[in-house]
Amino acid sequence: MTDLAATDPLPKPKRDLAPILLPVALALLMIPLIGSTSSWLTLTVASLAMGMMIFIMASGLTLVFGLMDVLNFGHGAFIAVGAYVATLVLAPFAASIQADSLLANLAVLAPAALLSMAVSGALGLVVERVLILPVYGQHLKQILMTTGGLIVAEQTLYALWGPQIIPMPLPASLRGSFILGDVAIAKYRVLAMLIGLGIFIAIQLVLNRSKLGLLIRAGVENREMVEALGYRIRRLFLGVFMTGSALAGLGGVMWALYREQVHASMSDDLTVLIFIVVIIGGLGSIGGCFIGAILVAMVANYGGFLVPKLALVSNILLMVAILMWRPRGLYAVTSR
Amino acid sequence: MMILSGDPPKSRVLTLLLLVIILALAATPFLFPGAKALNVAAKICIFAALVASYDLLLGYTGSVSFAHTMFYGIGSYAIAIALYGMGPNWAAVATGIVVGLPLAALLALAIGLFSLRVAAIFFAMITLAVASAFQVLASQLSWLTGGEDGRSFQLPELLRPGTVLISKSLFGFEINGRILTFYLVFAISGLMILALLRVVNSPFGRVLQAIRENRFRAEALGFRTVFHLTYANCLAALVAASAGILNALWLRYAGPDTSLSFSIMLDILLMVVIGGMGTIYGAIIGATIFILAQNYLQSLMGVASTAASEAGLPLLPGLLHPDRWLLWLGLLFIASVYFFPTGVVGRLRQGGGKKTASPSH
Repeated sequence: MTDLAATDPLPKPKRDLAPILLPVALALLMIPLIGSTSSWLTLTVASLAMGMMIFIMASGLTLVFGLMDVLNFGHGAFIAVGAYVATLVLAPFAASIQADSLLANLAVLAPAALLSMAVSGALGLVVERVLILPVYGQHLKQILMTTGGLIVAEQTLYALWGPQIIPMPLPASLRGSFILGDVAIAKYRVLAMLIGLGIFIAIQLVLNRSKLGLLIRAGVENREMVEALGYRIRRLFLGVFMTGSALAGLGGVMWALYREQVHASMSDDLTVLIFIVVIIGGLGSIGGCFIGAILVAMVANYGGFLVPKLALVSNILLMVAILMWRPRGLYAVTSR
Repeated sequence: MMILSGDPPKSRVLTLLLLVIILALAATPFLFPGAKALNVAAKICIFAALVASYDLLLGYTGSVSFAHTMFYGIGSYAIAIALYGMGPNWAAVATGIVVGLPLAALLALAIGLFSLRVAAIFFAMITLAVASAFQVLASQLSWLTGGEDGRSFQLPELLRPGTVLISKSLFGFEINGRILTFYLVFAISGLMILALLRVVNSPFGRVLQAIRENRFRAEALGFRTVFHLTYANCLAALVAASAGILNALWLRYAGPDTSLSFSIMLDILLMVVIGGMGTIYGAIIGATIFILAQNYLQSLMGVASTAASEAGLPLLPGLLHPDRWLLWLGLLFIASVYFFPTGVVGRLRQGGGKKTASPSH
């Protein structure tokens, strides 16, 4: 160990670039395999859009685990609740959704998304207080309790809205594609990408540039030390949990619009996808979660195009490969 | 006591309850006429064994696996595909068993070794992901599995309902192939539960409990926890696959809804928690309560639902609809994890312990 003089700048943390290069390399590798540049571009945009949506849903889960060591198997419920709540706003204003004006469309979409976030955030408060607080620190019971919560939430949605699939048409101005030469890029995917990127940047700014973020990052690394310094980490955790739930609700709205339908069982399929993303990324790491989401989406899109049969197990193969390389995920941030 | 591996129910009420359940199951073909009662009884037997094998994992090693239905499904599909492809003969039954059981054990070994390489906390998530991939695979490979429709098949002649073994004139009861199949299911399920009792009360089972309580300490004592956990996983998978075989034989059908779906996984979780984790006996109690409720309470909910809608109450008809019974079970599940983490068996043992302790003071 070398001695540092007081005037020397602190040593820069080592940057770990290999995981960032992974999706880039994967995308470049696919150019010759797919052959046509235009389909490659379409697929890449599709994967990025899908990845951003998955990231929005998964980001809360990874922070909740990283910060408080809480395994929430009911995270998918917030996604479904978000999507269902959005139909409450979108259904009565179907006319302005179908109007071919971006402003009129957004005037309905934005309140719908905000309401979804508010409701799923509030539900997050209830879930944290009722289901997670009593079994704090016990993994086995956390899994059981939150799984029970997932069943109850899903069944309540069925009871309130009925078991049928609810259609959720895209607003008129977001339908169709931008045509650049011979490349078609769906408009909604561009919007999803922009929102996802915006949220990623916002989370990174809060985590890296604010005192709140400093406390959260410190809590992920060593909870007891932050508590010993006199900060109420329980309250911080509640805030993170609610934010994560609200983001899951937003992700649910975006996913429902992407699929153009709402169904309570959407939470089941997405839960599996989100778990894979969180495991790949490394529990507690936002950057890892972002890369993991894009990787999962890329494997789904490229894999679905090249070898459709493989798409069924491609996520599992990706997870196995990544964990063989780094057993604790791309970025291991927690000491656990 | 030998047959129970030195682990008796330890509560008078529990012993009585278990005796009533087992005697009622054994006498079902004679006591309760009709196909439904026999179906319910067979399902209770099969699920008691399946849930007991899950208890080996959840209750004794403390690891939550969501892939248990996968092994159950492997057993079901193995026997169904063999009997469907090779025709209704005993060679096909043997083939199904010889292919299905090792396949389940190997897969359990692979999952165990893989998840042991990564953090222990990932286990539940990884099993969930693998199980969902397997479910999709089973519904997509329709040339082999029949897709969403599943596979119906014929049983060997001896086990068919049309085969009369002892005619009605002899005892006043007709013993046919169906009843023989029922007793096959009953006996094999019982044997598996007794074998699991043997496993958990062996030194091996004690090590599993040590791992559950404190893995680090168990490792420090010199036990190879990796070996023990993987072994427990494989044992549980074998029993689950055997239960799957019994299920397929009883239903003469294997499909995604009866053997692979996630809702069966939830049913298993509910049964193990309601019955009592880490007791094995809890599996019998949990399966009995749950399946009786599933088959008889649901119709009661239907009556309540129509009554509520006739009374013009809002919301209640939807909440009481028979299809929504999982909602109430979910609430029951949360409540039982919270208030009775030891389940029915744990409660009864606690009560019994107090009663026997009080006179000595």
